[in-house]
Amino acid sequence: MSLFGFFGRPQRKTAEAARERLQILLAHERAGAANADFLPRLQRDLIEVVRRYVDVDDGQVQVKIDREQNLSVLEVNIELPSGTKASGG
Amino acid sequence: MAKIIVVTSGKGGVGKTTTSAAIATGLALRGQKTVVIDFDVGLRNIDLIMGCERRVVFDFINVINGDAKLHQALIKDKRVENLFVLPTSQTRDKDALSQDGVERVLGELSQDFDYIVCDSPAGIERGAFLAMYFADAAVVVSNPEVSSVRDADRMIGLMASKSRKAEQGASIEMHLLLTRYDPERVEKGEMLRVEDVQEILALPLLGIVPECPSVLQASNVGMPVVLDDKSLAGKAYAGTVARLMGEDVEVVVPRLGKRGLLDRLLRRSA
Repeated sequence: MSLFGFFGRPQRKTAEAARERLQILLAHERAGAANADFLPRLQRDLIEVVRRYVDVDDGQVQVKIDREQNLSVLEVNIELPSGTKASGG
Repeated sequence: MAKIIVVTSGKGGVGKTTTSAAIATGLALRGQKTVVIDFDVGLRNIDLIMGCERRVVFDFINVINGDAKLHQALIKDKRVENLFVLPTSQTRDKDALSQDGVERVLGELSQDFDYIVCDSPAGIERGAFLAMYFADAAVVVSNPEVSSVRDADRMIGLMASKSRKAEQGASIEMHLLLTRYDPERVEKGEMLRVEDVQEILALPLLGIVPECPSVLQASNVGMPVVLDDKSLAGKAYAGTVARLMGEDVEVVVPRLGKRGLLDRLLRRSA
Protein backbone atom coordinates (compact mmCIF):
# COMPACT_ATOMS: atom_id res chain seq x y z
CA MET A 1 0.00 0.00 0.00
CA SER A 2 1.35 3.40 -0.93
CA LEU A 3 1.83 6.17 1.60
CA PHE A 4 -0.90 8.11 -0.12
CA GLY A 5 -3.28 5.24 0.30
CA PHE A 6 -2.36 4.83 3.92
CA PHE A 7 -2.62 8.41 5.07
CA GLY A 8 -5.60 9.44 3.04
CA ARG A 9 -7.05 9.53 -0.41
CA PRO A 10 -4.56 9.91 -3.21
CA GLN A 11 -4.62 13.44 -4.58
CA ARG A 12 -5.43 12.36 -8.10
CA LYS A 13 -6.60 9.08 -9.54
CA THR A 14 -4.51 7.84 -12.45
CA ALA A 15 -7.61 7.20 -14.59
CA GLU A 16 -8.39 10.91 -14.34
CA ALA A 17 -4.91 11.75 -15.56
CA ALA A 18 -5.37 9.32 -18.46
CA ARG A 19 -8.63 11.00 -19.49
CA GLU A 20 -7.17 14.50 -19.38
CA ARG A 21 -4.03 13.54 -21.28
CA LEU A 22 -6.07 11.85 -23.99
CA GLN A 23 -8.46 14.77 -24.35
CA ILE A 24 -5.60 17.21 -24.86
CA LEU A 25 -3.60 14.96 -27.17
CA LEU A 26 -6.49 13.96 -29.41
CA ALA A 27 -7.77 17.50 -29.72
CA HIS A 28 -4.41 18.40 -31.25
CA GLU A 29 -4.04 15.26 -33.34
CA ARG A 30 -7.49 15.69 -34.85
CA ALA A 31 -6.79 19.35 -35.62
CA GLY A 32 -4.36 18.11 -38.22
CA ALA A 33 -1.66 15.54 -38.06
CA ALA A 34 0.10 17.32 -40.94
CA ASN A 35 0.63 20.48 -38.90
CA ALA A 36 2.55 18.60 -36.25
CA ASP A 37 5.43 18.05 -38.63
CA PHE A 38 6.38 21.67 -39.16
CA LEU A 39 8.69 22.01 -36.15
CA PRO A 40 11.85 20.65 -37.80
CA ARG A 41 11.28 22.94 -40.79
CA LEU A 42 10.63 25.91 -38.51
CA GLN A 43 13.85 25.17 -36.65
CA ARG A 44 15.82 25.00 -39.90
CA ASP A 45 14.35 28.27 -41.17
CA LEU A 46 15.01 30.02 -37.87
CA ILE A 47 18.65 28.95 -37.91
CA GLU A 48 18.95 30.27 -41.43
CA VAL A 49 17.53 33.68 -40.48
CA VAL A 50 19.54 33.98 -37.27
CA ARG A 51 22.73 33.11 -39.14
CA ARG A 52 22.34 36.15 -41.33
CA TYR A 53 23.10 38.19 -38.23
CA VAL A 54 24.87 35.97 -35.74
CA ASP A 55 27.11 32.95 -36.16
CA VAL A 56 25.26 30.15 -34.35
CA ASP A 57 25.53 26.36 -34.49
CA ASP A 58 22.59 24.08 -35.25
CA GLY A 59 22.56 22.96 -31.63
CA GLN A 60 22.15 26.50 -30.33
CA VAL A 61 18.65 26.96 -31.65
CA GLN A 62 15.95 24.97 -29.93
CA VAL A 63 12.27 24.87 -30.72
CA LYS A 64 9.85 23.32 -28.26
CA ILE A 65 6.09 23.04 -28.17
CA ASP A 66 3.93 22.50 -25.11
CA ARG A 67 0.33 21.64 -25.81
CA GLU A 68 -2.33 22.33 -23.26
CA GLN A 69 -6.10 22.19 -23.28
CA ASN A 70 -6.83 25.58 -24.80
CA LEU A 71 -3.49 26.86 -26.00
CA SER A 72 -0.14 25.74 -27.29
CA VAL A 73 3.08 27.44 -26.27
CA LEU A 74 5.86 27.60 -28.83
CA GLU A 75 9.19 28.20 -27.15
CA VAL A 76 12.20 29.25 -29.23
CA ASN A 77 15.55 29.31 -27.51
CA ILE A 78 18.55 30.81 -29.27
CA GLU A 79 21.83 30.67 -27.47
CA LEU A 80 24.16 33.43 -28.65
CA PRO A 81 27.88 32.77 -28.49
CA SER A 82 29.68 34.98 -25.92
CA GLY A 83 31.11 38.22 -27.29
CA THR A 84 28.67 38.24 -30.14
CA LYS A 85 28.41 41.45 -32.01
CA ALA A 86 25.83 42.15 -34.55
CA SER A 87 27.49 41.69 -37.88
CA GLY A 88 24.99 43.86 -39.66
CA GLY A 89 22.99 42.61 -42.59
CA MET B 1 -26.16 -8.22 -50.63
CA ALA B 2 -24.04 -8.92 -47.58
CA LYS B 3 -23.30 -6.35 -44.92
CA ILE B 4 -19.54 -5.92 -44.59
CA ILE B 5 -18.32 -5.35 -41.03
CA VAL B 6 -14.69 -4.57 -40.20
CA VAL B 7 -13.31 -5.31 -36.74
CA THR B 8 -10.47 -2.87 -36.26
CA SER B 9 -8.48 -1.02 -33.57
CA GLY B 10 -5.16 0.37 -34.75
CA LYS B 11 -3.35 -1.09 -31.76
CA GLY B 12 -2.49 -4.78 -31.54
CA GLY B 13 -3.50 -7.16 -28.78
CA VAL B 14 -6.75 -5.47 -27.82
CA GLY B 15 -8.98 -8.35 -28.92
CA LYS B 16 -9.74 -7.91 -32.63
CA THR B 17 -9.47 -11.58 -33.55
CA THR B 18 -11.34 -12.74 -30.43
CA THR B 19 -14.04 -10.22 -31.30
CA SER B 20 -14.19 -11.15 -35.01
CA ALA B 21 -14.58 -14.82 -34.13
CA ALA B 22 -17.21 -14.10 -31.48
CA ILE B 23 -19.24 -11.72 -33.63
CA ALA B 24 -19.17 -13.96 -36.71
CA THR B 25 -20.21 -16.96 -34.64
CA GLY B 26 -22.90 -14.94 -32.85
CA LEU B 27 -24.37 -13.77 -36.17
CA ALA B 28 -24.43 -17.34 -37.48
CA LEU B 29 -26.11 -18.55 -34.28
CA ARG B 30 -28.87 -16.07 -35.10
CA GLY B 31 -29.37 -17.66 -38.48
CA GLN B 32 -27.32 -15.21 -40.53
CA LYS B 33 -25.07 -16.78 -43.14
CA THR B 34 -21.71 -15.37 -42.12
CA VAL B 35 -18.08 -15.55 -43.23
CA VAL B 36 -15.12 -14.23 -41.26
CA ILE B 37 -12.06 -13.21 -43.31
CA ASP B 38 -8.53 -12.88 -41.93
CA PHE B 39 -6.80 -9.78 -43.38
CA ASP B 40 -3.60 -10.25 -41.35
CA VAL B 41 -1.47 -11.59 -44.20
CA GLY B 42 1.63 -13.30 -42.87
CA LEU B 43 0.28 -13.66 -39.35
CA ARG B 44 -2.71 -15.93 -39.79
CA ASN B 45 -4.71 -16.43 -36.59
CA ILE B 46 -8.45 -16.52 -37.06
CA ASP B 47 -8.17 -20.21 -38.03
CA LEU B 48 -6.64 -20.96 -34.63
CA ILE B 49 -9.23 -18.98 -32.66
CA MET B 50 -12.03 -20.63 -34.65
CA GLY B 51 -10.46 -24.06 -34.16
CA CYS B 52 -10.10 -24.94 -37.83
CA GLU B 53 -6.32 -24.57 -38.19
CA ARG B 54 -5.85 -28.14 -39.33
CA ARG B 55 -8.37 -27.81 -42.14
CA VAL B 56 -6.70 -24.95 -44.03
CA VAL B 57 -5.82 -25.95 -47.59
CA PHE B 58 -6.31 -22.84 -49.71
CA ASP B 59 -6.52 -19.26 -48.49
CA PHE B 60 -7.69 -15.73 -49.28
CA ILE B 61 -4.50 -14.94 -51.25
CA ASN B 62 -4.87 -18.13 -53.36
CA VAL B 63 -8.38 -16.98 -54.27
CA ILE B 64 -7.22 -13.45 -55.08
CA ASN B 65 -4.48 -14.85 -57.32
CA GLY B 66 -6.86 -17.26 -59.02
CA ASP B 67 -5.01 -20.32 -57.71
CA ALA B 68 -8.14 -21.61 -56.00
CA LYS B 69 -11.89 -21.15 -56.21
CA LEU B 70 -13.66 -19.40 -53.35
CA HIS B 71 -15.59 -22.55 -52.36
CA GLN B 72 -12.29 -24.45 -52.09
CA ALA B 73 -10.86 -21.94 -49.61
CA LEU B 74 -13.95 -21.44 -47.44
CA ILE B 75 -13.92 -23.62 -44.32
CA LYS B 76 -17.33 -24.58 -42.97
CA ASP B 77 -17.61 -24.50 -39.18
CA LYS B 78 -18.43 -27.88 -37.63
CA ARG B 79 -20.36 -26.52 -34.65
CA VAL B 80 -22.51 -23.73 -36.04
CA GLU B 81 -24.67 -23.81 -39.16
CA ASN B 82 -24.15 -20.94 -41.65
CA LEU B 83 -20.65 -20.10 -40.40
CA PHE B 84 -17.57 -20.04 -42.64
CA VAL B 85 -13.92 -19.03 -42.26
CA LEU B 86 -11.70 -17.62 -44.99
CA PRO B 87 -8.15 -17.89 -43.65
CA THR B 88 -5.27 -15.82 -44.92
CA SER B 89 -1.86 -16.79 -46.20
CA GLN B 90 1.36 -17.07 -44.23
CA THR B 91 3.27 -15.41 -47.07
CA ARG B 92 5.70 -12.63 -46.26
CA ASP B 93 4.87 -10.84 -49.48
CA LYS B 94 3.40 -7.54 -48.37
CA ASP B 95 1.77 -6.87 -51.73
CA ALA B 96 -0.16 -10.14 -51.75
CA LEU B 97 -3.39 -8.26 -50.99
CA SER B 98 -4.51 -6.13 -53.90
CA GLN B 99 -7.39 -3.73 -53.77
CA ASP B 100 -8.94 -5.17 -56.94
CA GLY B 101 -8.55 -8.69 -55.63
CA VAL B 102 -10.17 -7.88 -52.29
CA GLU B 103 -13.04 -6.11 -54.04
CA ARG B 104 -13.60 -9.09 -56.34
CA VAL B 105 -13.66 -11.63 -53.49
CA LEU B 106 -15.94 -9.45 -51.33
CA GLY B 107 -18.23 -8.99 -54.32
CA GLU B 108 -18.45 -12.74 -54.88
CA LEU B 109 -19.07 -13.44 -51.17
CA SER B 110 -21.74 -10.72 -51.08
CA GLN B 111 -23.93 -12.74 -53.46
CA ASP B 112 -24.14 -15.63 -51.06
CA PHE B 113 -23.75 -14.32 -47.50
CA ASP B 114 -25.70 -12.08 -45.12
CA TYR B 115 -22.64 -10.85 -43.23
CA ILE B 116 -18.93 -10.59 -44.04
CA VAL B 117 -16.75 -9.96 -40.97
CA CYS B 118 -13.28 -8.60 -41.81
CA ASP B 119 -10.69 -9.23 -39.10
CA SER B 120 -8.20 -6.38 -39.48
CA PRO B 121 -4.52 -6.61 -38.64
CA ALA B 122 -3.03 -4.07 -36.22
CA GLY B 123 -1.44 -0.92 -37.60
CA ILE B 124 -2.53 1.30 -40.47
CA GLU B 125 -0.72 -0.46 -43.32
CA ARG B 126 -2.18 -2.15 -46.39
CA GLY B 127 -3.96 -5.05 -44.64
CA ALA B 128 -5.66 -2.75 -42.13
CA PHE B 129 -6.52 -0.29 -44.89
CA LEU B 130 -8.09 -2.90 -47.16
CA ALA B 131 -9.95 -4.54 -44.26
CA MET B 132 -11.82 -1.27 -43.61
CA TYR B 133 -11.93 0.21 -47.14
CA PHE B 134 -15.04 -1.63 -48.40
CA ALA B 135 -16.84 -1.82 -45.03
CA ASP B 136 -20.44 -0.78 -44.40
CA ALA B 137 -19.98 -0.90 -40.63
CA ALA B 138 -17.05 -0.95 -38.22
CA VAL B 139 -16.56 -2.37 -34.76
CA VAL B 140 -13.77 -0.30 -33.21
CA VAL B 141 -12.20 -2.36 -30.44
CA SER B 142 -10.43 -0.52 -27.63
CA ASN B 143 -9.15 -1.29 -24.16
CA PRO B 144 -9.64 1.33 -21.43
CA GLU B 145 -5.98 2.31 -21.80
CA VAL B 146 -4.38 5.44 -23.27
CA SER B 147 -2.41 4.04 -26.22
CA SER B 148 -5.30 1.86 -27.32
CA VAL B 149 -7.74 4.80 -27.23
CA ARG B 150 -5.33 7.02 -29.15
CA ASP B 151 -4.81 4.42 -31.89
CA ALA B 152 -8.56 3.78 -32.10
CA ASP B 153 -9.05 7.51 -32.65
CA ARG B 154 -6.53 7.43 -35.47
CA MET B 155 -8.33 4.50 -37.09
CA ILE B 156 -11.69 6.27 -36.74
CA GLY B 157 -10.17 9.28 -38.52
CA LEU B 158 -8.89 7.09 -41.36
CA MET B 159 -12.25 5.39 -41.82
CA ALA B 160 -13.98 8.78 -41.85
CA SER B 161 -11.70 10.10 -44.60
CA LYS B 162 -10.17 7.27 -46.62
CA SER B 163 -12.81 4.55 -46.92
CA ARG B 164 -14.87 3.91 -50.03
CA LYS B 165 -17.95 5.15 -48.19
CA ALA B 166 -16.11 8.39 -47.41
CA GLU B 167 -15.10 8.75 -51.05
CA GLN B 168 -18.75 8.36 -52.04
CA GLY B 169 -19.73 11.10 -49.58
CA ALA B 170 -21.30 8.62 -47.18
CA SER B 171 -19.92 7.22 -43.94
CA ILE B 172 -19.13 3.88 -42.34
CA GLU B 173 -21.47 3.14 -39.45
CA MET B 174 -19.00 2.97 -36.54
CA HIS B 175 -19.46 1.33 -33.13
CA LEU B 176 -17.27 1.20 -30.05
CA LEU B 177 -16.55 -2.09 -28.32
CA LEU B 178 -14.69 -1.76 -25.05
CA THR B 179 -12.77 -4.90 -24.13
CA ARG B 180 -10.76 -6.08 -21.10
CA TYR B 181 -12.81 -3.83 -18.85
CA ASP B 182 -12.06 -4.41 -15.18
CA PRO B 183 -14.78 -2.97 -12.89
CA GLU B 184 -12.61 -3.34 -9.80
CA ARG B 185 -9.85 -1.20 -11.25
CA VAL B 186 -12.38 1.31 -12.57
CA GLU B 187 -13.85 1.54 -9.06
CA LYS B 188 -10.40 2.26 -7.66
CA GLY B 189 -9.80 5.00 -10.22
CA GLU B 190 -7.03 3.03 -11.88
CA MET B 191 -8.79 2.49 -15.19
CA LEU B 192 -10.65 4.76 -17.61
CA ARG B 193 -14.41 4.53 -17.20
CA VAL B 194 -16.75 3.55 -20.04
CA GLU B 195 -18.09 7.11 -20.15
CA ASP B 196 -14.55 8.49 -20.46
CA VAL B 197 -13.64 6.38 -23.49
CA GLN B 198 -17.02 6.93 -25.09
CA GLU B 199 -16.81 10.67 -24.62
CA ILE B 200 -13.29 10.83 -26.02
CA LEU B 201 -13.95 8.67 -29.08
CA ALA B 202 -17.52 9.95 -29.58
CA LEU B 203 -18.90 6.67 -30.95
CA PRO B 204 -22.07 4.83 -29.95
CA LEU B 205 -21.32 2.02 -27.52
CA LEU B 206 -21.88 -1.44 -28.96
CA GLY B 207 -20.79 -3.37 -25.89
CA ILE B 208 -18.44 -3.85 -22.97
CA VAL B 209 -16.51 -7.10 -22.64
CA PRO B 210 -15.16 -7.50 -19.12
CA GLU B 211 -11.73 -8.95 -18.38
CA CYS B 212 -12.64 -12.63 -18.17
CA PRO B 213 -10.70 -15.90 -17.84
CA SER B 214 -13.03 -17.54 -20.34
CA VAL B 215 -11.43 -15.62 -23.25
CA LEU B 216 -8.06 -17.34 -22.85
CA GLN B 217 -9.69 -20.68 -22.11
CA ALA B 218 -11.80 -20.47 -25.25
CA SER B 219 -8.80 -19.56 -27.40
CA ASN B 220 -6.82 -22.42 -25.85
CA VAL B 221 -9.29 -24.90 -27.34
CA GLY B 222 -10.20 -23.03 -30.53
CA MET B 223 -13.74 -22.15 -29.55
CA PRO B 224 -15.22 -18.69 -30.18
CA VAL B 225 -15.92 -17.36 -26.67
CA VAL B 226 -19.52 -16.49 -27.54
CA LEU B 227 -20.23 -20.24 -27.47
CA ASP B 228 -19.37 -20.22 -23.75
CA ASP B 229 -22.75 -18.77 -22.89
CA LYS B 230 -22.21 -19.07 -19.13
CA SER B 231 -19.17 -16.81 -19.13
CA LEU B 232 -19.30 -13.03 -18.69
CA ALA B 233 -17.42 -12.46 -21.94
CA GLY B 234 -19.69 -14.88 -23.82
CA LYS B 235 -22.78 -13.06 -22.57
CA ALA B 236 -21.24 -9.68 -23.40
CA TYR B 237 -20.57 -10.79 -26.98
CA ALA B 238 -24.09 -12.22 -27.34
CA GLY B 239 -25.49 -8.80 -26.41
CA THR B 240 -23.02 -7.12 -28.75
CA VAL B 241 -24.23 -9.22 -31.67
CA ALA B 242 -27.88 -8.50 -30.87
CA ARG B 243 -27.20 -4.75 -30.91
CA LEU B 244 -25.14 -5.06 -34.09
CA MET B 245 -28.23 -6.60 -35.72
CA GLY B 246 -30.22 -3.59 -34.60
CA GLU B 247 -31.98 -5.10 -31.61
CA ASP B 248 -32.80 -2.79 -28.74
CA VAL B 249 -30.84 -4.53 -25.98
CA GLU B 250 -29.32 -2.44 -23.21
CA VAL B 251 -25.54 -2.49 -22.74
CA VAL B 252 -24.61 -4.09 -19.41
CA VAL B 253 -21.89 -2.16 -17.59
CA PRO B 254 -19.93 -4.75 -15.61
CA ARG B 255 -20.10 -3.91 -11.90
CA LEU B 256 -18.47 -5.38 -8.87
CA GLY B 257 -20.46 -8.34 -7.64
CA LYS B 258 -21.11 -9.06 -3.95
CA ARG B 259 -18.06 -11.24 -3.82
CA GLY B 260 -15.95 -8.48 -5.29
CA LEU B 261 -17.15 -6.08 -2.66
CA LEU B 262 -16.51 -8.50 0.19
CA ASP B 263 -13.15 -9.26 -1.28
CA ARG B 264 -12.29 -5.60 -1.29
CA LEU B 265 -13.42 -5.11 2.32
CA LEU B 266 -11.37 -8.05 3.44
CA ARG B 267 -8.36 -6.81 1.57
CA ARG B 268 -8.75 -3.33 2.99
CA SER B 269 -8.87 -4.57 6.56
CA ALA B 270 -6.02 -7.01 6.02
